[in-house]
Amino acid sequence: MVKRARLPGALLIDQKQPITFTFEGKTYQGYAGDTIASALAGAGQWVLSRSFKYHRPRGILTMAGQDSNTLVQLLGMPNVLADKTLITDGLQVEAQNYTGSLMNDKEAEISKVARFLPVGFYYRAFFRPKGIRNRIWEPIIRAKAGLGKVDTRHRGGYYDKAYGHYDVVVAGGGLAGMSAAISAAQHGASVLLVDENPILGGAMNYARADIKGKRLRARCAQLRQTIAESANITVMTDTVCNAWYVDHWLAVIKGCRLHKVRAKQFILAAGSLEQPAIFHNNDLPGVMMGSAAQRLMNLYGILPGKNAVVLTGNDDGYGVALELREAGAQVQIIEMRDLALAQATLHDGCVAAGLRIHYGSAIYAAKADRNMHHINGVEFGKIAGKGTIAKEHQQISCDLICMSVGYTPTYQLALQAGGKLGYDDDTAIFSIENLPKGFHLAGSLNGVFATDDVQADGQRAAAQALDGLEITHSLAADFLPVMVQVNHPWPIFEHPDDKNFVDFDEDLMVKDIRNAVKEGYNELELVKRFSTVGMGPSQGRHAALNAARLVAEATDRQVRDVGVTTARPPFSRETLGVMGGRVFSPERLTPMHHRHAELGGHAMRVGAWWRPGHYGVGVDRVAEINSEVRNVRENVGLIDVSTLGGLEILGADAAQFLNRVYTFAYLKQPIGRARYLLMTNEAGTVIDDGVACRMAEDRFYITATSSGVDRVCRQMLWLNAQWHMDINIINVTAAYGGMNLAGPNARKVLQKLVSDEVDISAEGFPYMGLREFQVAGIPAIVFRVGFVGELGYEIHVPATAAEYVWDQVLAVGQEFGIQPFGLETQRVLRLEKGHFIVGQDTDAMSTAEEINMTWAITQKKPFFIGKRSIELRNRALSKRKKVGFRLPSGITSMPQESNLVLKNNKMTGFISSVWLSPTLNAVIGFAYCAREDAQIGNHITIKCDDGTLHQAEIISPHFYDPDNARQKL
Amino acid sequence: MFIIDCPWCGARDQSEFSTHGEAHIVRPEDPETVDDTEWGQYVFYRNNVKGWYRERWMHAFGCRRWFNVLRNTASDAIATTYVPGAPRPSLPEDT
Ligand SMILES: [Zn+2]
Repeated sequence: MVKRARLPGALLIDQKQPITFTFEGKTYQGYAGDTIASALAGAGQWVLSRSFKYHRPRGILTMAGQDSNTLVQLLGMPNVLADKTLITDGLQVEAQNYTGSLMNDKEAEISKVARFLPVGFYYRAFFRPKGIRNRIWEPIIRAKAGLGKVDTRHRGGYYDKAYGHYDVVVAGGGLAGMSAAISAAQHGASVLLVDENPILGGAMNYARADIKGKRLRARCAQLRQTIAESANITVMTDTVCNAWYVDHWLAVIKGCRLHKVRAKQFILAAGSLEQPAIFHNNDLPGVMMGSAAQRLMNLYGILPGKNAVVLTGNDDGYGVALELREAGAQVQIIEMRDLALAQATLHDGCVAAGLRIHYGSAIYAAKADRNMHHINGVEFGKIAGKGTIAKEHQQISCDLICMSVGYTPTYQLALQAGGKLGYDDDTAIFSIENLPKGFHLAGSLNGVFATDDVQADGQRAAAQALDGLEITHSLAADFLPVMVQVNHPWPIFEHPDDKNFVDFDEDLMVKDIRNAVKEGYNELELVKRFSTVGMGPSQGRHAALNAARLVAEATDRQVRDVGVTTARPPFSRETLGVMGGRVFSPERLTPMHHRHAELGGHAMRVGAWWRPGHYGVGVDRVAEINSEVRNVRENVGLIDVSTLGGLEILGADAAQFLNRVYTFAYLKQPIGRARYLLMTNEAGTVIDDGVACRMAEDRFYITATSSGVDRVCRQMLWLNAQWHMDINIINVTAAYGGMNLAGPNARKVLQKLVSDEVDISAEGFPYMGLREFQVAGIPAIVFRVGFVGELGYEIHVPATAAEYVWDQVLAVGQEFGIQPFGLETQRVLRLEKGHFIVGQDTDAMSTAEEINMTWAITQKKPFFIGKRSIELRNRALSKRKKVGFRLPSGITSMPQESNLVLKNNKMTGFISSVWLSPTLNAVIGFAYCAREDAQIGNHITIKCDDGTLHQAEIISPHFYDPDNARQKL
Repeated sequence: MFIIDCPWCGARDQSEFSTHGEAHIVRPEDPETVDDTEWGQYVFYRNNVKGWYRERWMHAFGCRRWFNVLRNTASDAIATTYVPGAPRPSLPEDT
């Protein structure tokens, strides 16, 4: 185990707490606060992964979780960012994408000679005929495309959601974000400040703005203190704002929790991403961003090299050089600009410190050891012109190359919100415009880089947000920042031996982009599709700008005209667990719910409702259902129908309204009578049914299907918003609990619960009668319907009393053999009786004619919804018809719902309901079949799940008691 | 998830509302007198625009009332909401 000393003053680690973990089976030691990558670097292990196509060794590039070089495998979790994930004791880490071992990858040798996966490979492969792609290419692509392994036995963690509402959300906790948050909060706004790092401060924690290097640290500490003391700032660190949606709906992810945050005002202060220079071997371990070296030193106390070369095009590179020098490294600087342009604070500091600076020069190639495990030198020369280096080269031995050649703004969220990215080709300065209302930028996203200006820009953004909130303030809403040019316009230097990478994720080199343009793909979006540039895990964070520059050059345009590719959520990787997590889905329980559980009900989900499917110990579901069926047929049963929709239609026009909305006639429906309801839509399709109870001249209590009642109610409200009829429509579903008492003994049971004055005899309370009387002392609406085909009473009582009435009915029914029955049983009973269920036996095309329900349509009334279309569809009848069928009970395979009806091996219909009827001792069901075959006595062919074909006889769908004698008892 | 300003309740989250397609579809005065084509147009045909669109919404988990929304289908920007029967607002300038 290698142990090396860390630099003093590292911000994120605690050297008193050593932590031991393994990488590739070898044991390493780091400290509490170390990431996998920093701990490995601290132990001298720089190779972290193998590249996608050429299997080149890769190591730390950004140290900010913004590249895919550091993707590693944990137990049960692939593609974890080694530079963001903290080590824990015993953590087992493996590298990804190699054959053999990480340090000796067999495929790296192969790819040195073979030109594997040329640019455009995927694009072309997927345009080949489908068969070839699937048989030949897909297995190869799948084998080669694998970054990491999914462990299908992995048990996921607990993922959840939370909600947040703030006046102002600030994404990015650097100087600009902290400044904005403080200013907004000081004026009374509630603020959420989100940052993806473990501590606030952003670049203030590692970068330097002055020669002594104290200024940013001091300022950061002061701001952190102010924020900690602000009651109305909520801080979320280790948190990423991963998506922006309309009206500032933000997906904020922290660990295993998705926070759905709504902001009134949104300030994006996410800073900038440092960009690579392009030269030969610019991808190998030892080549990293200047900011990555600073993070390693200041956050983790790791000196990334003893002999460093800093390639720079801005003043920040000198800050990197000073820091390396102070930490004990030898440093030389390769400055792409001339002396005149380079002079600035930190540059002058480096001059004073005696560092060697090579002006007007650029790196031609990095040199590496034979295995390319680490760079060991650099070859450079004078810049002769755009992208070219003079013939005379110099060499420096080094073990570190830092790149400080520019930044792109972290524009993703702004572009998701519709922002347009601008770029000035002369100054290489970005701008973002066209942002929606309430979306503000702060800091380097605005092209502001000077320390004091960044802080002032945060205040300016807060001022804009406060304006949006209509909070008065005295903050300066406008100021003129010093414009600092941080980007070198052309840090790209080709090499005859290639290996000059534009996109590290996808292993794309300069020539690959050029070739894509040569192939005719001259728009960036097309180049992206063809070459896959920017499609890797880091989504073009380090490739987009240089790719745009190359496309612009190859097509003789400006970068601003080439633009960037579309930005869509999410900003960074998102685990499926975060998206899945706990779902808030409403569930509804009937008033008798707990009784069902006590009675052994098997709960099933029906829409939002939980209902018992049947009762029993659950050994044999079919036998239990059939036993309940028999008891209803022979004695009496009780089912909870509280889920049935209940609507009250009140007012002088109530009957007229029903007449327009339903197909039947209701004007002359007598008080005290129930009548069937059938609803069609404007297209003439059956969409709902129920029963209308006329309680008074101007009052109907109607039922709708459990799943349809909300839709029906909405539609009624819509219609009357136009018709302005004198009615009120009230959804009273939850106000009532309902139960259906059905079976030959039903009257005897009910008799025991009503007073003697109530006449429930066959004559006094006939079929389709409606009465209001007390049941077990509770006021009830009772009506006689025959859905299950037996003498039946539907009893609706106030929901609060429903459990009590249920108990009373079951108690007095004991002597008559009463048993509760469930929804599945009810479906069998109604099938035997020949009643259809909307949604089960109908679909989006079903007409009343197809399902033999024309008796429920009154052609006499001048108007109802659907009438015109029904007439039209009656003139040209559909090709199908719903029929009843029967199969012998001895059938070897049981048909299922949705099994097909075939004719000459073509589908003519399907089964919508089927059961082996315990009453009729035969398999019966409903099916759609070809209209010309739909005569009683014909046979249709049914194909079962096991592929067997069966001849079913078409019979009358009124399988049980076709004369309706039993329900009219 | 955008925010909708219900004309009766004020600004609420989209999840409280249900949407029901294009607004201002006029039902033929006398369906019996229009021909099948015209009737079919009324029942099935709707504009599917990219840009400003007048559509019907209902505050399903609120006041349960219907109203109209002038929404940009490309950006989800909402120019205005208005009650049925109110005059149709004109399209915003920036279309
Ligand atoms: Zn409302």
